[in-house]
Amino acid sequence: MSTTHVRPSAVPISVQSTVAAEPRRRSSNVILRLIREKPVGALAGLVFVLFVFCGLFADVLAPYGFNQISPIERLQPPSAKHLFGTDNLGRDLFSRCLYGARISAIIGLSAAALATIISIVIGMFTGYLGGRFDMIGQRFVDAYMSFPELVILIAVVSAVGPGMFQIIGILSLVLGVGGSRIIRSAVVSVRENMYVHAAQSIGAGTGRILWRHILPNIMPPIIVLFTTRVGAVILAESGLSFLGLGVPPPTPTWGGLLSGSGRTFMFQGPWLALAPGLCLTIVVYATNVFGDALRDLLDPRMRGSR
Amino acid sequence: MTQPLLRVDNLKVHFPVFKGAVFQHEVATVRAVDGVSFTLARGETLGLVGESGCGKSTTGLAAIRMLTPTSGRIEFEGQDISTLDKTQMQPLRRRMQMVYQDPYGSLNPRMKVRDIISEPLEVHGLAGERRARAEKIAQLMQAVGLLPDMADRYPHEFSGGQRQRIGIARALALEPSLIVCDEPVSALDVSIQAQVVNVFVDLQQRLGLAYLFIAHDLAVVRHVSNRIAVMYLGRIVEIAPRDEIYRTPLHPYTQALLAAVPVADPEVERARKRVTISGEIPSAMNPPSGCRFHTRCPHAFARCRTDDPPLVGMGSGRAAACHLHAAP
Repeated sequence: MSTTHVRPSAVPISVQSTVAAEPRRRSSNVILRLIREKPVGALAGLVFVLFVFCGLFADVLAPYGFNQISPIERLQPPSAKHLFGTDNLGRDLFSRCLYGARISAIIGLSAAALATIISIVIGMFTGYLGGRFDMIGQRFVDAYMSFPELVILIAVVSAVGPGMFQIIGILSLVLGVGGSRIIRSAVVSVRENMYVHAAQSIGAGTGRILWRHILPNIMPPIIVLFTTRVGAVILAESGLSFLGLGVPPPTPTWGGLLSGSGRTFMFQGPWLALAPGLCLTIVVYATNVFGDALRDLLDPRMRGSR
Repeated sequence: MTQPLLRVDNLKVHFPVFKGAVFQHEVATVRAVDGVSFTLARGETLGLVGESGCGKSTTGLAAIRMLTPTSGRIEFEGQDISTLDKTQMQPLRRRMQMVYQDPYGSLNPRMKVRDIISEPLEVHGLAGERRARAEKIAQLMQAVGLLPDMADRYPHEFSGGQRQRIGIARALALEPSLIVCDEPVSALDVSIQAQVVNVFVDLQQRLGLAYLFIAHDLAVVRHVSNRIAVMYLGRIVEIAPRDEIYRTPLHPYTQALLAAVPVADPEVERARKRVTISGEIPSAMNPPSGCRFHTRCPHAFARCRTDDPPLVGMGSGRAAACHLHAAP
């Protein structure tokens, strides 16, 4: 074995020598970075938090019960007493919108969470295992995505009957299969990293590689997928409720409010359609903007571009 | 002669090239490694050099069965591993490890150094209880010149040279007998290269490791290797003990490779005679007939275009594949 140094000119070093770690810390606090770099996204995030808060504490926040009928106060325009006005039965629309937020929040968060989990499972296995498995799996996804979403939803709901759990189940399945594409492409790019190769070379099994090496490194797209899915689920749920296939009355939902009193009394009381419609628009828009802002923050490739 | 740690015999790794999106059909074969044979003794370093695309990395990957060879035999510690499947390879992975070229890509950015180094131990069920593991990690970090109290940091907090040391510590964790080093210093600054090279040399002396050291920097290879194999287009064209190959290179390709290394003294540099070769490395999909080097060889003659020269022993552990040196 050689004991001479290749380059006598090189700095004489011993094996024990250690250079201090170079400080390459970046601000790791996502919330702070969000406020500083993406003020609009931060505002959207605030709207989103507010929405979830309203849904959680609807029964505390609502000044009236959602089904509290007051015949003498029918079709009142917005006032200090009734912020969003009242409907044809004299029910307080503000309270009904708050309770509608609860349904949207429950369905939105749980169906989006389930959909994301389904996407992760399908995307990780097809993306990591690759080959024929990927080919066949993704052709199924293709076929699935070529059906119009609404048609699947209507068909399944009319078969199993309307209700919250049915809607959560079917929405998470429909959106989860579609979203697996995004996870798969993230997995395919992470899989090519040398640290995955290194894990394989030490003999790590597939489960370990997926859990320890792939999953932590695809968190940014997962978070973004989840937030944008919340908006999509809320919108789809309202669509179903509007068609009378959502959560059955008397439970107030935004879609139900739009199609019920909102549509029938649109000209006598335009606030009946405007209030739930605006709630829906603002919340869905906020989740999308928030999701975009998170993507820009968490995806290093997007850094610097606004 | 004692049994070598690794014996590679007529190794071939061919990659099929597919075309077509739906109905895939094989249109060509890349002969990345096409008949490579060598042995590696325990505690020895074999340097594997050659230009980009000559198959040196593929050889290294196949030697530890990260690739399945198309044909040929790979014997590791006396056992033929060339056809073992993933499960059969699993217990053997302990004995063979790899160090990668890119110190940035080869460490998971979401894992602490502690977890990176202890992962091989966990995978092979050797982690033991927490205190013993912490001690083992500290020892490994010290062995590669890192401070043990850096164990809770993430890879991005380290410099390139330090990251490469982390990669070496990970490879050492299972106390392997063979480490394949795939250009382990080419991504580092020259001053850091010397440090990391010395880590390799020092560890070999202490632990009796064998290295298959893949590189294109001849100075680095000269420093670490006992023997050197020069590859060209999927073949070994010359293999010899280090000092011999640098003193009297036999194969025209080796001569050209060594001539391409500049001499630091301008007087000598100006005066020395240089063998240069021109042109590009031919495609491994369609290698030239006869000697693969004849298209670029300054000494090529008629026979080189038709006959493929075998790797012939020249005595004192040397061998070259060239008609100039074959028996007359």
